[in-house]
Amino acid sequence: MLDEIEMRPRLDAGRPPAAAAAPEADTARRPLVYRQSAWTRLTHWLWAISLFFLLLTGLQIFNARPDLYIGQQSGFGFDNAILSFSAANTDKGPRGYTTVFGKTFDTTGVLGLSGKGDDLGPRAFPAWATIPSYQDLATGRVIHFFFAWILVATWLVWLVSGILNGHIRRDLLPHGRDLRRLPRDIADHIRFRFHHTRDYNVLQKLSYGGVLFILLPLMILTGLTMSPGMDTALPFLLDLFGGRQTARTIHFIGMALIVLFFVVHILMVLAAGPLNELRSIITGWYRTDPPAPAPMPEPGE
Amino acid sequence: MAKFMLSRRRFLTAATIAGSGLALSGCDVFDALGDRDSTVRSVIESANDLTYKAQRLVLGREALAREYPKSEIRQPQRPNGSTDPDDPYYRSLVASNFADYRFEIGGLVEKPLSFSLDELRNMPSRTQITRHDCVEGWSCIAEWTGVQLSRLLDQAKVKPEARYVVFKCLDTIEESASGGIKYYESIDMIDARHPQTIMAYGLNGKPLPVANGAPLRCRVERQLGYKMAKYVKSIELTDSLAQFGQGHGGYWEDNGYDWYAGI
Repeated sequence: MLDEIEMRPRLDAGRPPAAAAAPEADTARRPLVYRQSAWTRLTHWLWAISLFFLLLTGLQIFNARPDLYIGQQSGFGFDNAILSFSAANTDKGPRGYTTVFGKTFDTTGVLGLSGKGDDLGPRAFPAWATIPSYQDLATGRVIHFFFAWILVATWLVWLVSGILNGHIRRDLLPHGRDLRRLPRDIADHIRFRFHHTRDYNVLQKLSYGGVLFILLPLMILTGLTMSPGMDTALPFLLDLFGGRQTARTIHFIGMALIVLFFVVHILMVLAAGPLNELRSIITGWYRTDPPAPAPMPEPGE
Repeated sequence: MAKFMLSRRRFLTAATIAGSGLALSGCDVFDALGDRDSTVRSVIESANDLTYKAQRLVLGREALAREYPKSEIRQPQRPNGSTDPDDPYYRSLVASNFADYRFEIGGLVEKPLSFSLDELRNMPSRTQITRHDCVEGWSCIAEWTGVQLSRLLDQAKVKPEARYVVFKCLDTIEESASGGIKYYESIDMIDARHPQTIMAYGLNGKPLPVANGAPLRCRVERQLGYKMAKYVKSIELTDSLAQFGQGHGGYWEDNGYDWYAGI
């Protein structure tokens, strides 16, 4: 069936996709296109697995020192913490607290203090958010660094293949046309009105590009800045990020942004049609919208 | 087009199902990775060998860890691990202000040596203001003074087959069923001969306090704090770590931590 269908209905190719000519069943009017190359699909899933383990072991590692500081060192004789998790015994029993920029919030049950029954205890992030579920810094580090290597290797493979096969230039770099479309694209997303085309829309380009070109390199570099060995090999890292403890804080904020991206990404997949989206990132094939009836107000959109 | 339009209700239903699925998948399914004898664990641990080799590749032998200006010493050095050993022999040394303490070098050397604290203090010294990075995640900057380990190794004439320096400590870090476990650590010869690797007897211009490892502790500035053994009694040059502790090269290594702690 697949060979009957136009593989790449590049909308600027000047002719309608072949399948559009046949007014048959609905599926025929919504052509399947080969949207995701094997490189894209492979690296996507390697990232998904790596980021899952990196996040949950990262929170395990964070729990060993549940404070974030600004500067070269951690303030014990002075205060340079911007985020702290703590637990204390009170009249109302043990409570967990989160302190952000000096303001303290009671976050019992989730942050600072969590667990059911005998398992109730002080821990910054709860057991269900860490690997292992119990406190084990050694195991958290071992798994974290294993997947850090996988993440870096995957990113390099993606970068090289994406440059060579044109994926980055063709699919990810926003063009002037993309930016002009930005307000309309935002309005469409707010209304859950999705356009299914081979090409990414501008919000996709900006979010994928933001994660791959900014967030991931930032995570890798701030991660390396926490390494005393790498600080010696690449001393500029300490100056770039304003010290090892600031780098650790940026690493944490980057984590939160990647989690935010993940949540929005999953919501968008669900909203845009999860089966079609999943098929394209597993098999590469994606069912697109029927071509709009001519005359199109804006060819190529 | 209408086919692709999603009703808000359908969307919320799908989102709820997906969300509850995530919440149900507790992470204790991965707790088996904490088992240090599993095959998966040893595969995952091999990443540390890669880190060790990669860092040795990009790190010049003599490349120095950052040294900070005096203005960065803003607080006392935070003590961690053992901070007040109650081993009787150690207490007796403290009682005599370490007058009877002798630091010993043995193992794969041509000339086993021992030094009193005064002898070490009278040797040429190195003072460095460096950042101590704990495996837990915190950092603390302090000024350390001591004798370069390479100077001591040169005097003892290390045999060519030596691959590691093992630090043996005076403090009992853990009481186990088979008796007390004394802290120990090990580093390779590159770190042992690194110019900033010192046997430190001074901290922030004063004699090293008990809490920070008196009378003598190691500084290995390109690695994490647990590599920098405190309360050091002796060092042994060796070609294998197998005969020490449980054979992983240090107390924390025997408890699952990576031997190479440059990260």
